[in-house]
Amino acid sequence: MKLDTNLHHIETANDWKKVLEENENVMICCGRMGPMCIPVYGVMEELEEEYKHIKFADMPFDSPEATVIRNAPEANGFMGLPFTMYYKKGKVVKATSSIQNMDQVRSILDQHLPKSN
Amino acid sequence: MNSTNHFDVIVLGAGPAGLTAGIYLSRAKLSTLILNQGTVGGQLILTHEIANYPGVELTSGYKLASTMKKQALSFGATIKTVSQNPVIFDEGPVKIVKVGDTEYTANAIILTLGGSPRMLGVKGEIEFKGLGVSYCATCDGEFFSGKEIIVVGGGNSALEEAVSLSKYATKITIVHQFDNFQAFPAYVDEAMSNEKISFVMETEVVEFAGNERLEKVLLHNKKTGTREWLKTDGAFIFIGYQPNTETLKGVVSLNQNGEIIVNSDMETSVSGIFAAGDSIAKRYRQVTTAVGEATVAALASAAKVYEIKKELQLTN
Ligand SMILES: Cc1cc2nc3c(=O)[nH]c(=O)nc-3n(C[C@H](O)[C@H](O)[C@H](O)COP(=O)(O)OP(=O)(O)OC[C@H]3O[C@@H](n4cnc5c(N)ncnc54)[C@H](O)[C@@H]3O)c2cc1C
Repeated sequence: MKLDTNLHHIETANDWKKVLEENENVMICCGRMGPMCIPVYGVMEELEEEYKHIKFADMPFDSPEATVIRNAPEANGFMGLPFTMYYKKGKVVKATSSIQNMDQVRSILDQHLPKSN
Repeated sequence: MNSTNHFDVIVLGAGPAGLTAGIYLSRAKLSTLILNQGTVGGQLILTHEIANYPGVELTSGYKLASTMKKQALSFGATIKTVSQNPVIFDEGPVKIVKVGDTEYTANAIILTLGGSPRMLGVKGEIEFKGLGVSYCATCDGEFFSGKEIIVVGGGNSALEEAVSLSKYATKITIVHQFDNFQAFPAYVDEAMSNEKISFVMETEVVEFAGNERLEKVLLHNKKTGTREWLKTDGAFIFIGYQPNTETLKGVVSLNQNGEIIVNSDMETSVSGIFAAGDSIAKRYRQVTTAVGEATVAALASAAKVYEIKKELQLTN
């Protein structure tokens, strides 16, 4: 199960673990190919060049392995796709539910996953 | 001011219309800058399946937009993502576009700003987005299984989506600001015959509230002037689309709906400023209409640029 984006794809819980272990700063968008999710993938693709210190990835919401995100305590109460998680050193530093625009994503990245740290 | 850059044409917006203009202009060897806010591809990327774009078999809007972007770049167009609103100044044959500290100039501008879903713009709407407030039934419907929700709106989308949400929710209240629906009668009939759906007419949502997620909405009855809290687990908002022309007020002529008025060359009320796609005043909004109008705008603006260049050569 893979999403049709140009981002790095996370397909299994093992992939997810590996990405978090190998990268200090990670943003993962867990969704489907729907109107609330696609703009977030688009924003991530556009920001990939600029935020080289961050690993950008997607994960299919319907994959049984996506429980690593769907059931995360930080996603408790989320009722809108996609679930987007921001990790620093393997820990969730921010999580959002539903569509986010470029400015919103940028402001989270600058605040929680800044370049200098 | 940090820098000054001159282009033959500046295109504002990189949806299907803007990308088409970029393809035509850069193929005609005109230096072309496309400034885009948001995701390149515009509303096209929101379309799961495109089945009505001639010559292209069933594809996703995302793929079609990626190909359009690739084409525009391959012919030499420059695409820049901006987070601030571009501001236009008309100096006759030279147009100035300012984005923050950066100033760009061009001999013509094409406006392809498209449209966006309308938000209610009331207290709590942004705070509870994804925590009970939603704009997409197919995306988020399943989170409301066994729950009571409201649907805001009275057009085709609102009534159609209310019916589709009845697969999940136990009770749906349609809240509409007028005393009649704007939707096609067939959609109204279907919603009315659905026993899970009830209606609150002539009423507006004025606030969303809750703790960790949405718990209630404040309703304002326009007829009686009374306000009442309604407990709800979710609110789906379908109140139509609006043109992204807020920043164009006072720059070009807009109609009462905020849509850009153009002539048959897609030229606006200002000479040298053209427009195409969903942000112009028209009846049908499709990818094919957007790319068709953008083709006209690109060719007409190219003719204008050649005219200006010729005049400048004659006077020099
Ligand atoms: C869910 C959905 C399904 C659809 N399905 C179909 C279909 O099956 N077939 C079909 O033909 N059509 C379909 N449409 C309609 C089609 O997507 C639009 O008609 C088309 O995308 C309009 O193109 P556009 O370039 O005019 O505007 P848009 O696609 O809206 O693009 C405008 C671009 O300009 C950007 N922008 C906005 N303001 C500014 C600014 N101030 N400065 C710079 N950039 C700015 C926007 O972010 C966007 O990237 C659908 C639309 C939706 C929402």
